[in-house]
Amino acid sequence: MEAIEYTTPKTLAEAVQAMADKGDRARALAGGTDLLVQLRGGRRSADLIVDVKDVPELNQISYDAQDGLTIGAAAPCYQIYQDPAVAANYPGLVDSASLIGSIQIQGRASLGGNLCNSAPSADAIPVMIALGAVANIAGPNGTRQVAVEDFCTGPGRNVLESGEVLVSVTMPAPQANSGASYLRFIPRNEMDIAVAGVGSSVVLDASGQNFVSARISLASVAPTPVFCREAGASLSGKAVSDEAVEAAAQLAMADAVPINDMRGTVRQRIHLVGVLTRRTLNIAIQRARGEE
Amino acid sequence: MPGVVHVQTTINGNPTDFLCEPRQSLLEVLRDVLGMTGTKEGCNDGNCGACTVVFDGRIVTSCLVLGVEAQGKEITTIEGVASPEGLHPVQQAFLENAALQCGICTPGFIVATKALLEQEPDADEGRIRHWLAGNLCRCTGYDKIVRAVLDAETKLNA
Ligand SMILES: Cc1cc2nc3c(=O)[nH]c(=O)nc-3n(C[C@H](O)[C@H](O)[C@H](O)COP(=O)(O)OP(=O)(O)OC[C@H]3O[C@@H](n4cnc5c(N)ncnc54)[C@H](O)[C@@H]3O)c2cc1C
Ligand code: FES
Ligand code: FES
Repeated sequence: MEAIEYTTPKTLAEAVQAMADKGDRARALAGGTDLLVQLRGGRRSADLIVDVKDVPELNQISYDAQDGLTIGAAAPCYQIYQDPAVAANYPGLVDSASLIGSIQIQGRASLGGNLCNSAPSADAIPVMIALGAVANIAGPNGTRQVAVEDFCTGPGRNVLESGEVLVSVTMPAPQANSGASYLRFIPRNEMDIAVAGVGSSVVLDASGQNFVSARISLASVAPTPVFCREAGASLSGKAVSDEAVEAAAQLAMADAVPINDMRGTVRQRIHLVGVLTRRTLNIAIQRARGEE
Repeated sequence: MPGVVHVQTTINGNPTDFLCEPRQSLLEVLRDVLGMTGTKEGCNDGNCGACTVVFDGRIVTSCLVLGVEAQGKEITTIEGVASPEGLHPVQQAFLENAALQCGICTPGFIVATKALLEQEPDADEGRIRHWLAGNLCRCTGYDKIVRAVLDAETKLNA
């Protein structure tokens, strides 16, 4: 790694100032599990590392039955899945946070880093999209919010402008009779990059027999995470049935535009989107019914 | 100009000061600055777990932590596992079960295992294999390692 400077701002204002002063030559550091690998491998370079882990807003995990869940951008995965409110209300998020890397990686890796690294294969992004998450951003010109489905713009690229930091991600409070789930396919049991991944969320009516709404999102099958607007919308108002789930899976498959690479082929990946969409919808339905 | 930073930390219970450049990893600092070569380097990119240390209560790969991040933190390395009275039961179990061959992965496995058994004294085999998935071993085939962990668990719970 090249010579570099390091700073540990204690407030959000100081973090934004440090980022803005160095512009494109500054990089925020959360868990470092992407950044340090990239700096060392020469895939990214920077003059200044802004360690954002001492900024209070970036570390909080707060849940409120009205306002929902806000997770600081730098909070590591283990804090997310060990949080009782997250475990009780957002099991889909626990699915993602507990499969990223190893126990060692989960001790450091953050949701914010997963989002800002903007890998097409990022395992935490589809479920955030399925849950309707919003990214809270602060920069030299104030704060703004961007829906997570609009955050990534290409592999490793996103809407953050020079000087901006991701502060947190907010997920609305779960509605009654709702559930979510994330699954990925990897050839091993642990420690691999998704060949394909799917995050789904559903809201059912009080009987648990009909969909009120649903959201579906995909990993590793396009240059960015994919929000399958039509696949989710196709379920609104339908009775819960294998046919309805299958129809949504077909629509999700139509949104996948994967590539052939060493991890998988186009055909396999599209097939996997179908399988994982069915499975994640069925898990989300069970969770919405309180069966799991 | 990026300079050298003075870091104050606690390693294996001892207050420790060192100088490092911000680009240096905690692994580099431990091995090359402090001469604590028990922590091993395998891949230097977070995949193999040979460099596992306890950092503020959690196991992490020290190759993906910067030395400067150690400021004010508590770190436990393999050098802090045994006591003056002798080996830790996890170390003893690795020896007795022949859970190592070349040994390069062993410090990482022992630090990770000790952390697991402190947190989850009744971890079953599935949980042990899952917890240790971030530690790679090219020699043993893992089976003897898992048996050693189960053995250590039994002895610690006796
Ligand atoms: C061994 C290993 C296994 C892995 N396995 C997985 C896996 O299974 N699934 C998966 O999805 N990923 C995996 N990863 C990748 C990585 O761990 C995740 O993407 C992780 O969530 C990144 O979070 P971080 O906190 O470490 O980010 P960092 O490395 O600190 O940051 C990542 C990027 O985001 C930027 N950034 C971070 N925080 C902010 C902020 N607040 N504002 C603006 N920019 C910011 C950084 O500048 C950097 O460019 C793995 C990595 C390793 C080394
Ligand atoms: S050397 Fe750190 S994980 Fe391999
Ligand atoms: S004993 Fe050689 S790598 Fe594990």
